[in-house]
Amino acid sequence: MATQTAVHETQTPVFLAKEEPHAPSSTMLGFWIYLMSDCLIFAVLFATHGVLGRNYAAGPGPKELFDLPLVAINTSMLLFSSITYGFAMLAMAKDKKQATLVWLGITGLFGAAFVGLELFEFSHMIMEGAGPQRSAFLSSFFTLVGTHGTHVTVGIIWLITLMVQVGKYGLGAANKRRLMCLSLFWHFLDVIWIGVFSFVYLMGVLG
Amino acid sequence: MPSNPDLLKLIFGRLSLDSFPYHEPILVVTFIGVMIGGLAVLGAITYFGKWTYLWQEWITSVDHKKIGVMYIILGLIMLLRGFSDALMMRAQQAMAFGDSAGFLPPHHYDQVFTAHGVIMIFFAAMPFVTGLMNFVVPLQIGARDVSFPYLNNFSFWMTAAGAMIIMISLFVGEFAKTGWLAYPPLSDISHSPGVGVDYYIWGLQVAGLGTLLSGVNLIATIVKMRAPGMSMMKMPVFTWTALCTNVLIVAAFPVLTAVLALLSLDRYVGTHFFTNDMGGNVMMYINLIWIWGHPEVYILILPCFGVFSEVVATFCGKRLFGYSSMVYATVVITILSYLVWLHHFFTMGSGASVNSFFGITTMIISIPTGAKMFNWLFTMYKGRIRFEVPMLWTIGFMLTFVIGGMTGVLLAVPPADFVLHNSLFLIAHFHNVIIGGVVFGVFAGITYWFPKAFGFKLDPFWGKMSFWFWFIGFYFAFMPLYVLGLMGVTRRLNHFDDPSLQIWFIIAAFGAVLIAVGIASFVIQIVVSVMRREQLRDETGDPWHGRTLEWSTSSPPPEYNYAFTPVVYDHDAWWDMQQRGFVRPTEGFKSIHMPKGTGAGAIIAALAVALGFGMVWHMWWLAILAFVGMIAVAIGHSFNYDRDFHIPAEEVIETEEARTKLLAKQA
Repeated sequence: MATQTAVHETQTPVFLAKEEPHAPSSTMLGFWIYLMSDCLIFAVLFATHGVLGRNYAAGPGPKELFDLPLVAINTSMLLFSSITYGFAMLAMAKDKKQATLVWLGITGLFGAAFVGLELFEFSHMIMEGAGPQRSAFLSSFFTLVGTHGTHVTVGIIWLITLMVQVGKYGLGAANKRRLMCLSLFWHFLDVIWIGVFSFVYLMGVLG
Repeated sequence: MPSNPDLLKLIFGRLSLDSFPYHEPILVVTFIGVMIGGLAVLGAITYFGKWTYLWQEWITSVDHKKIGVMYIILGLIMLLRGFSDALMMRAQQAMAFGDSAGFLPPHHYDQVFTAHGVIMIFFAAMPFVTGLMNFVVPLQIGARDVSFPYLNNFSFWMTAAGAMIIMISLFVGEFAKTGWLAYPPLSDISHSPGVGVDYYIWGLQVAGLGTLLSGVNLIATIVKMRAPGMSMMKMPVFTWTALCTNVLIVAAFPVLTAVLALLSLDRYVGTHFFTNDMGGNVMMYINLIWIWGHPEVYILILPCFGVFSEVVATFCGKRLFGYSSMVYATVVITILSYLVWLHHFFTMGSGASVNSFFGITTMIISIPTGAKMFNWLFTMYKGRIRFEVPMLWTIGFMLTFVIGGMTGVLLAVPPADFVLHNSLFLIAHFHNVIIGGVVFGVFAGITYWFPKAFGFKLDPFWGKMSFWFWFIGFYFAFMPLYVLGLMGVTRRLNHFDDPSLQIWFIIAAFGAVLIAVGIASFVIQIVVSVMRREQLRDETGDPWHGRTLEWSTSSPPPEYNYAFTPVVYDHDAWWDMQQRGFVRPTEGFKSIHMPKGTGAGAIIAALAVALGFGMVWHMWWLAILAFVGMIAVAIGHSFNYDRDFHIPAEEVIETEEARTKLLAKQA
């Protein structure tokens, strides 16, 4: 009797899935993980700035160099671009291709304005003799801010590519996924910039 | 010859005829050997008309199994290169006493030890473990491929491109003379004005990108693509260690990328991160590089712990002892590996409290590692142990690694470290854990999964030869270094004055020769096995009576791995299926959705080699062209939306019926 029950309990279960299990797309998770690794690159640059950011080597410091109103305008460009990217995503959710493209275009212009102002600031500093070779402080400043600016530039190139692709192939599943990834990337750069603005510019000027 | 130096400089940058080391006989002979070998291989491929096959079935393949195999081939080739550096060092140190200067002048010797370290860690050990994870993980979790198959192909080719950049330095210019971590100020532009450090930087940056992306890929694969029923605590231990390793990769490699980028800014732009003047801080580099470097050694060892866990359970015919403690030990090691980096430079002078903290965290790591050791021992206890080759490597590991672990705890005591820092004792310690742990683990893994990959076992006689020569050779080669280290001999020396030390170096050189026989046996093992493949053939798909899912499919597995996705109830899923009367279905097969191959990865990686070469030699036009080309190919590839296809049902039926016949023949 006991053995019979045992046999009954160990009846062969289903070992093979009859239907192909629907594999959830890994793209968003994968992109998140990539962003966290990128975040670590910025962490290293922030840490380096934390260690070297007061080593002026008898050269100019933040108080002499930073033009806070300019940086404030610059910051607003990037923050506006995040808002307009949000509008692009709302349009995408409603499958409005033209509106998506228009908002993406505006986002790209804000981004370009940000990069342009940053380049203006950089060239101004370099002309004053405060280039990245002047001191460890300036090396870490240019590298941290410049790495962020390079990311925004890459984001703009990516954005243009996606605008062409959306224009050509419409808002299919693949393109929506790509827009979501760029959205994460774009807002991530915004968050990094908040850190740069607070720790590098504001706290730098506070001394 | 054109006489315009400006034009020449514009085209060739720093490259000139003097950059070619034609006056170094060792390099010339090596170059001729490589050329003859390379031409023979290329000629053979052309003669047998295999170029299309190679391009379609391997280079552009996104099949995780083929990519895994290619990683391991890359690792084997680079192991041979790295080991020939080791032989040269051992020979030099055994000879260069008193009046004899040996055969390697200091500038060459310094390149040899740097290349040995860089190649063994980045281009032998890393491809080995990445290859094993790539091959095994999707099979173990019942998946058809990884999450991002194209990215996987790209990652492999970037790793290969990094290896290529390092190999070019052998014949064009020179390699770094700085030691494998290129500490500044020695590696900065004023102390290393040559191209060596630049080769180092670009080789590692290119390969590092590949490694990082492969880490992202495997994490997403393990998290998202497990078979139904396989909860986290039902994953095979190897998959667990692979998950932890890839978390470490993603959390550590960006630090390497960043710190090498800062070093290159110092060298190319003239910034002051790690310079002695203008506010730079050298210790910043040493901290950052070890924040990557310490997790790196766990990136190498954790998958090997996974291999040993699979091997012990299989060859003892028992369930692994303490599965959950094994998982928790792995996770604890993963976390602790981030809290110990400062033990690499206790002598920096951080003060007693900082050193104590890092000394204690270092010692704590030995607790989860010890727990693992006991788990393996208890798995063996009362098991029916089969002393097949993978099991021999595992037992060799258990004996050797424990010694390495104990000397590690010894080094973790800061006052002891002040005496032993930078000595041969340290060299002996880390070779003790890397050879005893990673190398033995990789060989155990290759021997264990070889029949799964190719459908026949490796020849056991030559496998045993390889094991015994490696095992005994290791003790001969490194025990003398412990002794020498305790006597105060420091590392990286090219010449010695005290003749009483020579006998120890001769013993160590003898050990290196034994290891050479071990490596040769391994190569012979592969050749002999290919020749005897009909006798060694495995038609069941499960030659060792394995316990995890990969043994439930055929050997080699079909392109799609599993005709039906398995459902999992236990962490020894295949064992469970057999115990509970699983019957393999012989009909009802459907068409299967698979990713398509692409050449974009290989092309971008080839351009990355050109980019690296241009940057090393200051050939800016080449660097810019290659960089723009890489971006253009990547963008162009993103316009290809047609990335998958269906294997028709007839093809699946054909493949599966062939297997049905083979299995019927067995029964």
